[in-house]
Amino acid sequence: MTDAAELRRRTAELLAAFPPATTDRVDFLRARFDAGLAWVHYPEGLGGLGAPRSLQAVVDADLEAEGAPDNDPRRIGIGLGMAAPTILAYGTEEQKRRYLRPLWTGEEVWCQLFSEPGAGSDLAALGTRAVRESGGEWVVNGQKVWTSSAHIARWAILIARTDPDAPKHRGITYFICDMTDPGVEVRPLRQVTGEAEFNEVFITDVRIPDSRRLGEIGDGWKVAQTTLNNERVAIGGMRLPREGGMIGPVSKTWRERPELRTHDLHQRLLQLWVEAEAARLTAERLRQQLVAGQPGPEGAGMKLAFARLNQEISGLEVELRGEEGLLYDDWTMRRPELVDFVGRDAGYRYLRSKGNSIEGGTTEVLLNIVAERVLGLPSEPRTDKDVAWKDLAR
Amino acid sequence: MSAQPDLLYSEEEEALRAAVRDLLADHCDAAGVIARVESDAPHDRELWKLLADGMGLAGLLVPEEQGGQGATHREVAVVLEELGRAVAPVPFLTSAVVATEALLAGEAGDLLGDLASGRKIGTLAVALNLPAGSAYKVVRHEGGALHGELTGIADAAVADVLLVPADDGGLYAVDASAATVTPQVSLDLTRPLAKVVLDGAPGRLLGDAEPAVRRALRAGAALLASEQLGLAEWTLTETVRYLKERKQFNRPVGGFQALKHRLAQLWLEVVNLRAAARNAADALATGSDDADVAVAVAQAFAAPVAVHAAEEALQLHGGIGMTWEHPVHLYLKRAKADSIAYGTAGAHRAALAELVDLPSP
Repeated sequence: MTDAAELRRRTAELLAAFPPATTDRVDFLRARFDAGLAWVHYPEGLGGLGAPRSLQAVVDADLEAEGAPDNDPRRIGIGLGMAAPTILAYGTEEQKRRYLRPLWTGEEVWCQLFSEPGAGSDLAALGTRAVRESGGEWVVNGQKVWTSSAHIARWAILIARTDPDAPKHRGITYFICDMTDPGVEVRPLRQVTGEAEFNEVFITDVRIPDSRRLGEIGDGWKVAQTTLNNERVAIGGMRLPREGGMIGPVSKTWRERPELRTHDLHQRLLQLWVEAEAARLTAERLRQQLVAGQPGPEGAGMKLAFARLNQEISGLEVELRGEEGLLYDDWTMRRPELVDFVGRDAGYRYLRSKGNSIEGGTTEVLLNIVAERVLGLPSEPRTDKDVAWKDLAR
Repeated sequence: MSAQPDLLYSEEEEALRAAVRDLLADHCDAAGVIARVESDAPHDRELWKLLADGMGLAGLLVPEEQGGQGATHREVAVVLEELGRAVAPVPFLTSAVVATEALLAGEAGDLLGDLASGRKIGTLAVALNLPAGSAYKVVRHEGGALHGELTGIADAAVADVLLVPADDGGLYAVDASAATVTPQVSLDLTRPLAKVVLDGAPGRLLGDAEPAVRRALRAGAALLASEQLGLAEWTLTETVRYLKERKQFNRPVGGFQALKHRLAQLWLEVVNLRAAARNAADALATGSDDADVAVAVAQAFAAPVAVHAAEEALQLHGGIGMTWEHPVHLYLKRAKADSIAYGTAGAHRAALAELVDLPSP
């Protein structure tokens, strides 16, 4: 068992062998991975040491204190948060060795080819087809949507229908798709904010070798659950200081601009401030539970809380700004690598936060999940469960 | 900001919770509470004896050398969660928390030990609706005796001693037998109010009233959030249980999406309330610099959640929820009264505006 003292010793060794001040960023990150200090709970040889997950904080704190480079988890968040745990759980040894190291160092960015124009919340309705040829290769055709990072990604996790005769949840298979394949076409998808953070991805006769399949044929829905569960943890699990979320900018505006204050806005601001603080404390409590090894079901609710708060708070700020609230900072179509809630104006925050209750599962679907899995209430009546996918009404 | 608060429950706190819950399961069922609140003696003195004598809970906040348990607000909060879950008609919040905190602020002598042991029940003679820092009514101190009338005094009907603020700035201990205590017909049947009339009653000076009352009311507000949490949890759990069983249109009612969403939303509110209430209890226990903010956040958040939970419980129970025999009304009445007790959510938001520098126009 690797304990905190052992991890600190290994961290000190790494820092001594690769001083951050004089080591190339990627070289340092590779060395950190090879030392098992990337994600300490992963197995040895795959960036970890099989240590308790809670001890990652010990390593991170020591590295941060010495000015070690970080691997920019926001830009590569899909790889870290979704692809990696799925590959770890379902990949072959060869797949784990090929993909995890450049994923973690950020040398290879990942995206997620799940949602389709006709399959959002009802993701299992997806229609992208993968047909196996006699040589064993798969030929994939279809269209995906809402794909962030597709334009910079080297790899994608992809789910496609491999058996249209099976009911919709059973005929799906999970693949790793090469985004540099000529059959992959990425087009920017302009959003309400004016920018193009997401993409549409058109997949035409893309050939995927069977060695890039993750999990069994027809088992893709089960594999995708690993990805989706990790997605929700990634969205809800961040640690925030007081006023660290969207309530921060509006509180600052309130303090600095007395001429904008009204009684009505004051009441609403205080109410939202209290709710934001309660949500922050809940996220902190969830984090403490995880560290103590007693994960609670609260994570399922955090995304719901933050989505609603972000929308209400940013909406309030647009109103607070009065005449300025009628303006917008920039409608130019850009391709941001990150969602920038801090660097842009209130109008941008208002529009972008509308996506918070849609991305990563709509609020309506997540409320069903809480009701069924946390409270144990009966599930919705299903009319699609035992019907072959090809026979479903579309 | 001070160090990160500990928002979890320790093993000892969970053990305390289990012990209190077991006792309440055996001695405080809903049917019994309903029958009791219609009688002339709405308080459950037998249960209070078991909690105070049997388990030593009345002295949790009192240091061991003064005859108490030397525990902290964190343990008190756990007890209040369980008492709230059972809408137990006992003077724990008023005597073991609010009156005790007032005594801890001054020179209480034996009185603190009497309250800690449960030999006596005390109550602070300040109207239940007032938040810390607001003006409270005082009685006239003249020739060594107290004169005046005070209303809205919670649990005064069972109190042995009243802690009375007077116009000379002092807080006095008055023997209840020297006062005329008349029950008021109260919205919350399980924590009834009373009118107190003092007509030349003798009082023993305990110290300055202002700091004692402020400290007592702040602790009351902070820990009331845990009672509201327990109450909200009971209404949610009970409603979920009922809606899994109750069928309409040939389906369990809990399978309808419109109701599932309402219950999931309620669950989310309760989860947030737990963090806010825990934060307030921990802030008082550790003497954190952040305690005033933590208390204001907890109360501003707790009251609407507890009322919402109880109102949803009544609505979602349908017709049975409107009956006297079903206990949901006890919870609704307690939740609504709690939303006023020790300051409304609005009063706590106003306090917060000052504390976190979000000034009014």
